[in-house]
Parts: sequence; structure tokens; C-alpha cells
Amino acid sequence: MTDRPSLLSEFTKGIIKNNPVFCLVLGICPTLAVTTSFENGLGMGLAFTFVLLGSNLFISLLRNQTPSIVRLPIFIVIIATFVTIIDIVLQAYLPPLYEALGIFVPLIVVNCIVIGRAEAYASKNPVLPSITDALGISVGYILVLMLIGGIRELLGTGKITFVMLWLLENGQIGFLELATLHIPIEPATVMILSPGAFFTIGSLMFMFKFMGKKMSERRG
Amino acid sequence: MPALLPTENLLELLIAGIFTKNFLLVMFLGLCSFLGLTKDMSSSIGMSMAVTFVMGMASIITWPIFHFILVPFGLEFLQTICFILLIASFVQLVEFIIRKHQPALYRSLGIYLPLITTNCAVLGVVLLNAQQNYSYVGSVVYGISGGLGFGLVMLLASGIREKLLQRGVDMFGGFTGAFLVAALLSLIFVNYFGVIQF
Repeated sequence: MTDRPSLLSEFTKGIIKNNPVFCLVLGICPTLAVTTSFENGLGMGLAFTFVLLGSNLFISLLRNQTPSIVRLPIFIVIIATFVTIIDIVLQAYLPPLYEALGIFVPLIVVNCIVIGRAEAYASKNPVLPSITDALGISVGYILVLMLIGGIRELLGTGKITFVMLWLLENGQIGFLELATLHIPIEPATVMILSPGAFFTIGSLMFMFKFMGKKMSERRG
Repeated sequence: MPALLPTENLLELLIAGIFTKNFLLVMFLGLCSFLGLTKDMSSSIGMSMAVTFVMGMASIITWPIFHFILVPFGLEFLQTICFILLIASFVQLVEFIIRKHQPALYRSLGIYLPLITTNCAVLGVVLLNAQQNYSYVGSVVYGISGGLGFGLVMLLASGIREKLLQRGVDMFGGFTGAFLVAALLSLIFVNYFGVIQF
């Protein structure tokens, strides 16, 4: 083996270079469907993180026992197990979020990012790099979801509420409101509806590509 | 348990699947194939036909399993695992049958079949059928109409993108252009078809 890339670079490559949405263009469906607000984007991202961490961990642990001819069914069963766990947990502890995400929680099972990382990374690498890879990809995904959710909430309702997942005073887990920002514009409802989602991600992807091109020109 | 025969308005389900709740543009299901396969007309036709067939068949298969096995034993939490395995094995079976008996069809549609297992539109439609408690006939109609709506948008988008590429208008390149086409089409679907009421 030549020198392995360091864990830090494994982590950071998921955020920019291999960003799941803007560079790999995977997992677009939940990215657009649930990002009507900052809060939903964060919730979806955290549910996704749990599934990706769990599936990468187990697929990496079982990588020497998995016969390659039946690897895809095995991956799907492992992923579906974690999706079922997070589905039940959300239903029990965060019912409002569960209602808002709807069928997109069970649909994490067909999210191309999860199965893509299983096939491309976790089935070939030891446990520690696989977990790091999962963390990096998840952070990249959460950032994109929060960005798109934030933009759509801001332009669609005229205000944005920053939240974080925390233990509330009544002893339950829930979203703690940190701050609310108002902007003095007429809210454009179309940003909450589906055309706004396509328009937001199209513009963001254009900017991401444009900046990447400029940066690589400057460097080389 | 919902009835076998339709209790809901079938025409409403048909219109909802094709226009008002279009799977691609309004519900955001199956966007991976939308982005990947709308570069040319022929592959989008092949994919839409395959998706419509699998969505209809998946509704036919999963309804009895869900309502006769999972619900009576209180195993609804297993629906995700159960549905994805049913769809995957069904798609595999269809691939074997088509490859053996219809080689010509296999050459045109065969490459799209493995992609369908991880298409969220197929899993989405069976999950929605279970969630909405549609009757057997109703869920099959909803599955097929969802597939038809999927195909309609695939055809429209691939027509627009192909024409733009021929004229040399490559709007900011690949995916960005596809998203802008989708934004314009979904404006139509949300604003004009959204007024259809029953």
C-alpha cells in the first residue's frame, strides 16, 4: 500500500471536492423535497447522517465476509435496517419533524449517496476511514440542505429561524430556536413551492461550478 | 382494511398522478433519472416505459403483502425493508424473463431496469399507497398514472434539452440547465394544473 490519505483529508473532501449534491449530483430528491425551511433541512440531514454512519460502519466491518455477487442486496438490507430504526425513533421522539419529512424518511433507503458510498468506499476500506468518509459526506450534505432550506425560507416567508437539536426544558429532544432574522421584502410563495426549489438548486450549482472553475484557473 | 374495489374517485387519482401531484416536478421523486437520462429522447422514452411498468406492477405486488401479511401481524414498521426487497427481486425477475424471451426488448429497455430498483418514484408510490390507505384498484391506478406523469415530464424535458443542445444553447452546462428546465416546467405544473379541483 502506498501512503494512505490522512483522515483529515478524507473528512474534508466530502465537504467541497466530493460534495454529494453539487459535485456528485446524488440524493437530489430529498434535497429539494424537504428543504422548505431551515429546520426541516437540518432534521433531514441529521437523519441521513445516522443512516450513512451506521451503514458505512457495518458494511465496512462485513467487507471481508460479503460475497461480491450478492453485495448489493446485503447493502440494501443493512441500509434499510438503519432507515427503519431512524423512522421509528423520529416517530416516537420528534413527531412534528416526522410529519414534515413524510415519506422522505423511508426513502433514505434509495438515496443514491448512501448506496454510492457503500459501493465506492465502505466496501473497500477499513472501519476508521469509512466512518470519517461518512462524517465528511454527511457534513457536506447537511450544509447544503441548511443552505437551500435557509434561502427558500428566507425568500418564501420573509424570515428565517435558526434552530438546533437540543434537550428542551421539558426533558424531550426538540428544536431549540436560536434566533430569527427578518428581511423587509414581500415574501414570494413560489420559493416554498417546487419551482423555487429547482430554481434555487440550479442557481447554487451554477455558482458552485463557476467558483470552482475560477479557483482552478487561478491555481493552475 | 381498505377494500379491494375502488372507494375513491379513480379519475381524481389519475389526474393527481399525471398533473397535480406529478411525481417528478411536484413531489420530487425520481430526479436522479430525470437528470441523467433527459439528454436524449430515446433513452428517456425507454426509461419512462420501464418506470411506468414497474410502478404499476409494484403497486400490484406490494398491496396484498402489506394488507394481508404486515398489517394483521402488526409489522407495519417492516414496510420499508419489505417493499424494497420486493421491488428489487421483482425487477431482477423481469430482467431475467425479458432477457430470455424478448432479446429485442431487452436491448432497448434492459439497461434501465437495474436503475429502477434505486429509483425513488417506485418506492415512493408504494409507500404513498400504504400511507393513504388506497384500495387495491385505486393503488394500481395511482401507480400507473404516476408512471405516466413521470413519462410525460421526461419527454417534455428531453425534448427541450435536445433542442437547446442542437441549437448550441448549452445553458451553463449539463445539470444547471436541466434544473432550470425543471423549474420552468414545474411553474406550469404548479400554477396551471394546480387549479384542477374535484
